[in-house]
Amino acid sequence: MPILLVLICAATGIPLLALWGDGRRGAALFIGINTLTLLAILALSARVLRDGAFTAGSGQFMVDDLSILLILVDGVVGFSTAWFSRSYMRQEIVHWSLSRRRVRLYHAMFQTFLTTMLLALLTNNMGILWVAMEGATLSTVLLVSLFRTAEGLEAAWKYFILCGVGLAMALFGTILLYFAAQKVLGHGADALLWTHLEAVRRQLQPQVMAIAFIFILVGYGTKIGLSPLNNWLPDAHASGPSSVSAVLSGLLLNVALYAVLRAKVLVDGALGPDFAGRLLMSFGLLSLLVAAFSMLRQRDVKRLFAYSSIEHMGLATFAFGIGAPLASFAGLLHMISHSLTKSSVFFSVGQAVQSVGSREIQRIRGLLAFSPVLGWALMLAVLFILGMPPSGLFLSEFLIITSTLQDQPWLTPVLLLGLGVAFAGIFPRLQGMVFGPAPEGIAHQPVAGIIPVFIQLTLVIVLGVFIPWTLVQWMQHAALLLHG
Amino acid sequence: MMITTQGLAWGIPLLRLLAALLLLLAFAMLAQRRLLTLIHLLAWQGVVLAAGTALVALLTGQTELWLSAALTLSLKAILIPTALHRLLRRLQVRGDVETVLNIPLTLLAGIALVIFAFSLAAPITALTSAVTRGMVGIALAAVLLAFLMMITRHQAISQVVGFLAIDNGLFFAATSATLGMPMIVELGVALDALIGFVILGVFFFQIRETFDSMDLQHLEQIREE
Repeated sequence: MPILLVLICAATGIPLLALWGDGRRGAALFIGINTLTLLAILALSARVLRDGAFTAGSGQFMVDDLSILLILVDGVVGFSTAWFSRSYMRQEIVHWSLSRRRVRLYHAMFQTFLTTMLLALLTNNMGILWVAMEGATLSTVLLVSLFRTAEGLEAAWKYFILCGVGLAMALFGTILLYFAAQKVLGHGADALLWTHLEAVRRQLQPQVMAIAFIFILVGYGTKIGLSPLNNWLPDAHASGPSSVSAVLSGLLLNVALYAVLRAKVLVDGALGPDFAGRLLMSFGLLSLLVAAFSMLRQRDVKRLFAYSSIEHMGLATFAFGIGAPLASFAGLLHMISHSLTKSSVFFSVGQAVQSVGSREIQRIRGLLAFSPVLGWALMLAVLFILGMPPSGLFLSEFLIITSTLQDQPWLTPVLLLGLGVAFAGIFPRLQGMVFGPAPEGIAHQPVAGIIPVFIQLTLVIVLGVFIPWTLVQWMQHAALLLHG
Repeated sequence: MMITTQGLAWGIPLLRLLAALLLLLAFAMLAQRRLLTLIHLLAWQGVVLAAGTALVALLTGQTELWLSAALTLSLKAILIPTALHRLLRRLQVRGDVETVLNIPLTLLAGIALVIFAFSLAAPITALTSAVTRGMVGIALAAVLLAFLMMITRHQAISQVVGFLAIDNGLFFAATSATLGMPMIVELGVALDALIGFVILGVFFFQIRETFDSMDLQHLEQIREE
């Protein structure tokens, strides 16, 4: 019942926003819908807290300790983004003179995206998971090209084709999964239900599962932004509105990684932990390195942080690849903290870009001088994303390095190199952006839009200093689930 | 899923024939320069797919697969090709002939891909009953060929045709190798395909409006610094 409530809250928003999603009422409606969804998600968490994992709708929907964590993050970031979007889009509408129809399209597509993300996390059916991921891709294509600039169109086209092809691979993997499942579970609708598959995962054909997992990893890996399939990610992040970049980085990448993790649990049962683990570790480490070195030569601030998302997702993927409960725990903590922090980074960067009127790092100067609130927001968010204590990312990176030292000691230097280069790529630029005198001719912006940054960063501190016991338990259970 | 012995006698060879046709059409697309003919080939692939689905429905007696076959026929063989056709006319690129990379070379690469697909699918096909043997390999080959076509083209429309052909190959894998995915998943996939197509339509006009051309070579402004 609470599952259905969450989905209904989110889904009814789509037609409402398509009809009335413009002007002041549109932004207010958008916030209202996401507040309700967040409340429904909190109710759902309370239920999970009381009863533990459960399925609903004759097994089609499922919540467990792994998914509830990401659903909560979805709720929080969805709400913050709606809040940020109100003041941010008010400026953008004026700047690009967007028509009322275009604004309705923006809100409706945004809500569709948030709904499909929730559906992906709540469904128990690996096929529907794919359908939801594809839906999320489709709904964001027109958001990336919202401003109809040449650059935006190119980015959106690239996004559409690359992710479309990637997801086609994931669908092939899902078909193969069904092919393997049929032999054990028989023909029919139940053979793709994750809970059923998990129960029989040791009996699934190893050869088929191996090939299925490779397709699923490559497919969803395109969406996670794993190197070398990450080509679309920086373009799409840079060209779209910052509110869209925030949810692309904060939510979409997580959900894609979640899909891979679900498949990993199944393939571990069939093949033992090494096969999937090694693949995840190598993809993760490669992405970390490629992204870290790419950051050094970025001039566009949004591209810079898009590469930072690839780096962090690579790190999380690597952690899940190690597979030890501690590493998986750290990976989950990393995913959650990264979502909250990176969306905050994009909120503040979005606001800064709006004030300065350029995405070039060189031209963003002295933010602290002309808008202390914005300057502090950006500085804290970026320091947190760099893994400074007391951020949750500090704790998770520390744990990841610790468990690497334990399980794969010879990979530790590579890991540290990646993290070091990433630090060198971002930190010097941060100094330039926040300190120094303010340049002339800067438009002052209302600061109400970046309030969620401080709320989210407080949550990240909580994750880094004192994780609530409930969350620890959920993450421990989820880590054990991933351990097999 | 049971198939009667009588069905096995004529049904399976027929299904194999359809699979071969699918692969042949994929090769034909790879070699085709004219956009209009490309769309016709895509429509024929849709017909083959619908026939394959109907055949599996007949052989296994799953009523829901008939629905799926009807859906395939209307969507992939009629609706989408017609829409693409009209789009071509409205965008006035109808008679366009595309400059493609060296065609014999592309075809050779295609043959290599087919061999690769079959060797990749070999461990899977070794496990299956005689009925669906080879189907996974053919479907994968069709997917990879469509993929190759997307890489070698510059026109937005031929890239989309390649995209839809990938979809066709996957669909064939779903119906012939697994004898039908669960209905709810199939409906979801069809819905996504439809929405995707509508979004593409919108997109074409945006590209056309901005660049005055459907040639994607104009779309290469974002460069890494």
